[in-house]
Amino acid sequence: MGAIFRREMGAFFTSGIAYVFLAGFALFSGLFFSLGVIGSGMSDISPMFSSMFIIVVFLIPILTMRLLSEEKKNRTDQGLLTAPISLSSIVLGKYFAALALFIIAESVVFIYSIIIALCGQVVWSTLLGNYFAMLFLGAAFIAIGLFISSLTENQIAAALIGMFVLFVLYLMDSLAANIPVEFIQKALVSAAFYSRYLELTRGVFDLSTIVYFISIAVLFNFFTVRVLDKRRWS
Amino acid sequence: MIEVKNLCKCYGDKKAVNDISFSVGKGEILGFLGPNGAGKSTTMNILTGYISSTSGQVLINGVDILEDPIGAKANIGYLPEIPPLYVDMTVDAYLNFMYDLKKCKLTRKAHLKEICDICKISHVRERLIRNLSKGYKQRVGLAQALINNPPVLILDEPTVGLDPSQIIEIRTLIKKLGKNHTVILSSHILPEIQAVCDRIIIVNKGVIAADGTASEIADKLTNEHKMTVRIEGTKRTTEDKNEIVSALKAVDGIKYVRADMEREKGVYDYDIESEDEVDVRRAINSLCRDKGWNILMMQLSDMTLEDIFMKITTGDITAVKADEKKKVSLDDFNISIQGGMGLDESAEQAEENNEIDSSEEGGDK
Repeated sequence: MGAIFRREMGAFFTSGIAYVFLAGFALFSGLFFSLGVIGSGMSDISPMFSSMFIIVVFLIPILTMRLLSEEKKNRTDQGLLTAPISLSSIVLGKYFAALALFIIAESVVFIYSIIIALCGQVVWSTLLGNYFAMLFLGAAFIAIGLFISSLTENQIAAALIGMFVLFVLYLMDSLAANIPVEFIQKALVSAAFYSRYLELTRGVFDLSTIVYFISIAVLFNFFTVRVLDKRRWS
Repeated sequence: MIEVKNLCKCYGDKKAVNDISFSVGKGEILGFLGPNGAGKSTTMNILTGYISSTSGQVLINGVDILEDPIGAKANIGYLPEIPPLYVDMTVDAYLNFMYDLKKCKLTRKAHLKEICDICKISHVRERLIRNLSKGYKQRVGLAQALINNPPVLILDEPTVGLDPSQIIEIRTLIKKLGKNHTVILSSHILPEIQAVCDRIIIVNKGVIAADGTASEIADKLTNEHKMTVRIEGTKRTTEDKNEIVSALKAVDGIKYVRADMEREKGVYDYDIESEDEVDVRRAINSLCRDKGWNILMMQLSDMTLEDIFMKITTGDITAVKADEKKKVSLDDFNISIQGGMGLDESAEQAEENNEIDSSEEGGDK
């Protein structure tokens, strides 16, 4: 797992994806920070985090698009799958590499906290609450993106499908509102990412949401392993 | 070292590998030979655990590849048809990555240096794999397979894309590696297999068509003892021809005689096929002495590996085609298969050749 983690981290930077991702994250979070936090004269950083949801929907598929699709296309998966390692360590190595880069990108928030500290009081509880909410959201989204990357050989397709799926998840609350059948509506609302995430950014700590995001991450990593495993049998 | 039992692999209805069984001992170099699409790469991919078999068992060093894939894979170094190289890495970074991936316990620096020296890539270690030529990429692929000194090496067409001198180097290298590794090598370049391998398995349409050393396989197939004899009759006319044919047919042990074309004026060649395990050369000689004929030439049709290969891989197809083409008579066709030719070309040619041969026979009967 360590070898794959290190290789993927290196590949993020040599392929330039890391720079796109880090720059994109810094640009939009900086924009929302200056408009939503500095502009409104508040020391509460939550508005920035809630706006970042939609940005993350589009940035994470860029991070995950080539993780497995490129291996398949270049036939380098043959090297990985015939090496004496388990499928799950291949998947997790890649997963944690993407997650680590996400955490690096997200940590830009600590620079903002310095800026807030210069003008006022940093509310560390909400800041850290938001930080971890975004971290768990990213953990779930990266697992979904990685899974989609395992389904195709084309990284552009992986990115577009990933964006589409995450965007649908983002819209799930509004979609659910239009469904007349009550139990489906209830199920969709409770599975919706956005409203759950917003709750967290408001400082409402809800363990079920954290558990939900982690479960999604575990589930989709498991699916990815199954996809790799199934390919050997087909 | 490697044991394969009743291996099958189906893709939908198509059976890519159909009931293949063989075993390879320690220090043996096994050549895996077959036309494109015969199931060579599929078999190798199953042996290395890249894909799973539909049924059957593979034991590497006594470890079942399905029950303990990690344990089995630790014993294998694999060079796939397309080397699994990350082109955005330098050779050094890539080899270090594979070293970590294989959880190699040997001293990193010394081990990688040794491998780079063996594969002659020491001077390109700092270069990006993307910028290497195909031959060098192939060598890096081979280097990757050698990491951690696995007892079993599986090489799928290792010399593809190399120039002639590199091919010779790699062959020498494989021979050297064969002394303390078990090597399975696939190729469709016949001289290569002949030069390197102790034992050959010919696969065709997913089944093993032949298994043994080159000469063993040849012996099995040449028990029909075909030969060509040029006999000069007394009159040097076509009358001789009929007389000689009927006289030859009367000789014990000869089961088939056919007059071939007129090679010298009034002198014909005769294709003779004897029964199994019977040497008819002396009988023919004494017959000619009695009749006052002269033997101008006698040639046994020895089979080269290429002939064997063609016979095995194209034989059953041409048998059917020969029936359809009975009317065609092309006596003057004589294509000889040249040594060292790539199989793709010669397979086509041989198929043509075989067709003609069998249709000739068909026309005669």
